[in-house]
Amino acid sequence: MFTSSTCSLLRDQNTVLGVTGTTFCPEQFMNQYFQLFFYCLFLLVYRLHGRYHEMAPNVVPMDYTKDPDVKLPMQLIINMPELKENPFKERIVASFSEDGEGSLSFNDFVDMFSVLSEMAPRELKAIYAFKIYDFNTDNFICKADLEKTLNKLTREELTDEEITLVCEKVIEEADMDGDGKLGFADFENMISKAPDFLRYSLGNQVYQQKPF
Amino acid sequence: MSQPPSITLQVPEGTESDGQELSPDNERALHTSFHQLILEQSSLIEADLELELQERSREPPACLDTRDACAVSWPEPGQGEEHPSYSSASLQILASMPSRTIGRSLGAIISQYCNRTARLRRRSNRPPLQQLCRAARPSLRQYNLDTDPASTTLEEKRRLLVKELLSLSPSQCSHVLLTMPLSLEEKRIIRQQLSGQRGPLGQRAHHWAPFSSCGWPKVCIVLGCRGLWYRLLSLLRTAQPWHYALKQIGGRFGSSVLSYFLFLKTLLTLNFVSFFILLAFVVVMQAVYPSAAVSPQPFTGLELLTGAGSFTNSLLYYGYYSNVTLNDPCSSSPEGSECPLAAPLLPYNLPLAYLFSVWVSFLVTCILLVYSVSRSFLGSVRSSTAVLAIKVFCAWDFKVVQRRSVKLQCENICTQLKELLGEQSSRSRSQSRCQVLGHYLVMLLAWVLALGLASGCVLGVHHLSERMHTVQQEQQAQGSARWQQEILLLVVPFVVSLLNAVMPHLFNLLALWEKQDSPVTQVSVAIFRNLILKTMVLILLCYQWLSRSIICSAEECWETCVGQDLYRFMVMDFIFTLLDTLFGELIWRLILEKRQKKKQRPEFDIARNVLELIYGQTLTWLGLLFAPLLPALQMLKLLLLFYIKKTSLMRNCQSPSKPWQASRMSTLFITLLCFPSFLGAATFFSYTIWSVRPSETCGPFRGLETIYKSGKRWMLVLEKSNPNITWFAWVYQYLLENACLQFFMSAALIAVIYFNIQVVRGRQKVICLLQEQIAKEGEDKAFLIQKFQNVYEQRRRRS
Repeated sequence: MFTSSTCSLLRDQNTVLGVTGTTFCPEQFMNQYFQLFFYCLFLLVYRLHGRYHEMAPNVVPMDYTKDPDVKLPMQLIINMPELKENPFKERIVASFSEDGEGSLSFNDFVDMFSVLSEMAPRELKAIYAFKIYDFNTDNFICKADLEKTLNKLTREELTDEEITLVCEKVIEEADMDGDGKLGFADFENMISKAPDFLRYSLGNQVYQQKPF
Repeated sequence: MSQPPSITLQVPEGTESDGQELSPDNERALHTSFHQLILEQSSLIEADLELELQERSREPPACLDTRDACAVSWPEPGQGEEHPSYSSASLQILASMPSRTIGRSLGAIISQYCNRTARLRRRSNRPPLQQLCRAARPSLRQYNLDTDPASTTLEEKRRLLVKELLSLSPSQCSHVLLTMPLSLEEKRIIRQQLSGQRGPLGQRAHHWAPFSSCGWPKVCIVLGCRGLWYRLLSLLRTAQPWHYALKQIGGRFGSSVLSYFLFLKTLLTLNFVSFFILLAFVVVMQAVYPSAAVSPQPFTGLELLTGAGSFTNSLLYYGYYSNVTLNDPCSSSPEGSECPLAAPLLPYNLPLAYLFSVWVSFLVTCILLVYSVSRSFLGSVRSSTAVLAIKVFCAWDFKVVQRRSVKLQCENICTQLKELLGEQSSRSRSQSRCQVLGHYLVMLLAWVLALGLASGCVLGVHHLSERMHTVQQEQQAQGSARWQQEILLLVVPFVVSLLNAVMPHLFNLLALWEKQDSPVTQVSVAIFRNLILKTMVLILLCYQWLSRSIICSAEECWETCVGQDLYRFMVMDFIFTLLDTLFGELIWRLILEKRQKKKQRPEFDIARNVLELIYGQTLTWLGLLFAPLLPALQMLKLLLLFYIKKTSLMRNCQSPSKPWQASRMSTLFITLLCFPSFLGAATFFSYTIWSVRPSETCGPFRGLETIYKSGKRWMLVLEKSNPNITWFAWVYQYLLENACLQFFMSAALIAVIYFNIQVVRGRQKVICLLQEQIAKEGEDKAFLIQKFQNVYEQRRRRS
């Protein structure tokens, strides 16, 4: 039954973490997480804490009852196996970082996995996708942002004229209010026409170590 | 920054702006509300602006909410570059506009969601549509300008949001909280405030604590199940056959070449369905109760090619199947006498089963084809507007984590973007009138030539089959060896397949001479000509089979003979496809490399290969009635073809030099499969059932007038045996046989289709109008910003 397996897994996690007592105050903490944003399996939170701790064992505490203020820098996080090969890894991490420099606290870390998981709603994914593609963080996807996106997508295989052409065409197709760049409304409108958005882009990942 | 100047937004009384630009106060007669409102709000805004600017200059940014400051400071350098003439005041106002702070400024998100929840509450009070005014510009009075969210602090905004959330139901509230793009910290604070205010009010605490001791297992189960379901779905997607092979092909050669392989996969599915139905209901039954067989001939290897010899009286062909009810003790007793009262184990009426299975497999294939046509048509229509933008933003599959797959994906996207660009650039080229006329003349000539060639081929095949028939009769009269006679049977299929292999190359040469502009037109024209040739040859063959004047005229069991002929055609087709792959791709590549000393490889001709697939599938469908195991043969053929084509592609070919978009091509392919191919085969089947007399001595319908009569006979038997179901006979007689009902049903279907088309057109018009409105609003915004800037400049110059 699921209960016994999850309980045993919890116990295993605790022993792996090397702590006998409660690390998390499970009830209140889990309540909060469940209510606030729970799109990934709740067990992931324990695993995520394990992964977060693994990245910097000396810095990340085991005990989160007192809500410590610990942030890991971007360099550590983009070396995670799920993100290492992704060309947008810096942007993904930066979009979830609250201090503008790309370092994530544990809350931001869980936030990131929550939005990138399968069950997050489309609107939320659209907002974060927009943030990811907005390289200069001016809340518009302008031509420079598009050029950077294309270079990352194609590993700079396209020639310069092709890139310019693609950027012009994209802005022509998606910009509706005529300001020469894509605002969030334009982006969302374009995404709504794409049936593949939830399937590929930022959707339907299974960011887990191993299935249970 | 020096002392910020005071800013007023009092619109000047008309003398200054007269003659310069059209300002709202010139249109006073029409827009009094607008003017009034500007005057009302100007004093408010003036005071607020002063306050805001003074605050921002006095207090260091660290005291303010860091995120608000960031939102203000980041855009400034960028926008300063864009609008160098704008003052810092304008830039700050621009920066705090709602459209520029989405997802970035905490305050803006909170106020936006506050508005959303307020609108949620007010939704029931919305006035009906007819009462809304039809002005293009909605009046500003609809918006509540008194509580300007930009002027409140973060704490106040939070309080406002909490107040709004409290008024919603708990489920709606949690849903709104879930969808907010805020950080976890913020959500916890808001939730704490919510629960603090809700707690003393009602006993709703248990909603917020599912992890109490009784709730934990249930939640575990629910979430666990959901997780398992998602994992199963993703596993299913990756466990599709040839998943990695298709990705590899798509990554290297583009989606156009991939569409061929996907089409092959579709055909395999269709054949599997037919095969399964026929196997389960006809072949297995007959295999379990074998009919009294003629002594089987020894197996020589020639049967694999000719399908005759020892294969003749086997499950492969129509002639083997018995016309009696299997496992029925009554069949052994003579007609008319009474049957023993003991009930038979499971009597199985084989002729009926045969007819119904073939009919049902056609029906199921028809449904599947119509479904895939509609789906691909919808897909190609929907994605025609913002193709490039969608490709750029939605093509990256965030699931791939391995280096090699990531590289493959990059290649894939690069190829697709180049394809799209190529297609879009080819549309924008114009020609002079003389060139256009010359072009049309060349096209006409090419068409005449192509049609002439096709007719010539058809006549040639007709004469050849007549000649072969006479030679065969001579051979039989002479009494030569069986294998010699059977070899003669292979001549016509050989020649037909040879023509099908050679003529498309001629058509390609013709197309090169024609020099069409867009590759899409070129491919479509080549497909169409090839299709005409194949259709004409197939029509000739069908006529020959059904009239039996040339082929199978001497046979007693003509259906088996036709089945064997189809078998031979399919085998020859497969052999020629292999030879074509060998010579067309491998040897051509070797020749090119030797001759030109550079790595130029032949291109994969998608159109020709797809038409070959369609031709093979048409043969299968034509022969379904006469040889029930043909789908199995076709499946085997397709499986082998996949691997052979893929290997040859990887080794010998290069990606198409003129990249063109594949989604419309795949719609074309599946439409071609549905309309000429399947429809033709279904017509052939219907005609055979309704009008052709089955042979007297073999098959499940021996002795009947037409195959259709067996169904009628069964109806009569049913009516006689069980008088309670006369309604069934009545249904059969009046609904199925009566043409009126079918006429009315077709008319209703056409009416429904027309209605849907009109609805779609209406919606497209509405979309166009709305897009125009958005563009106009954008222009309005730019106008207002410019106006504000002008006013500020004038004020600054004055002071």
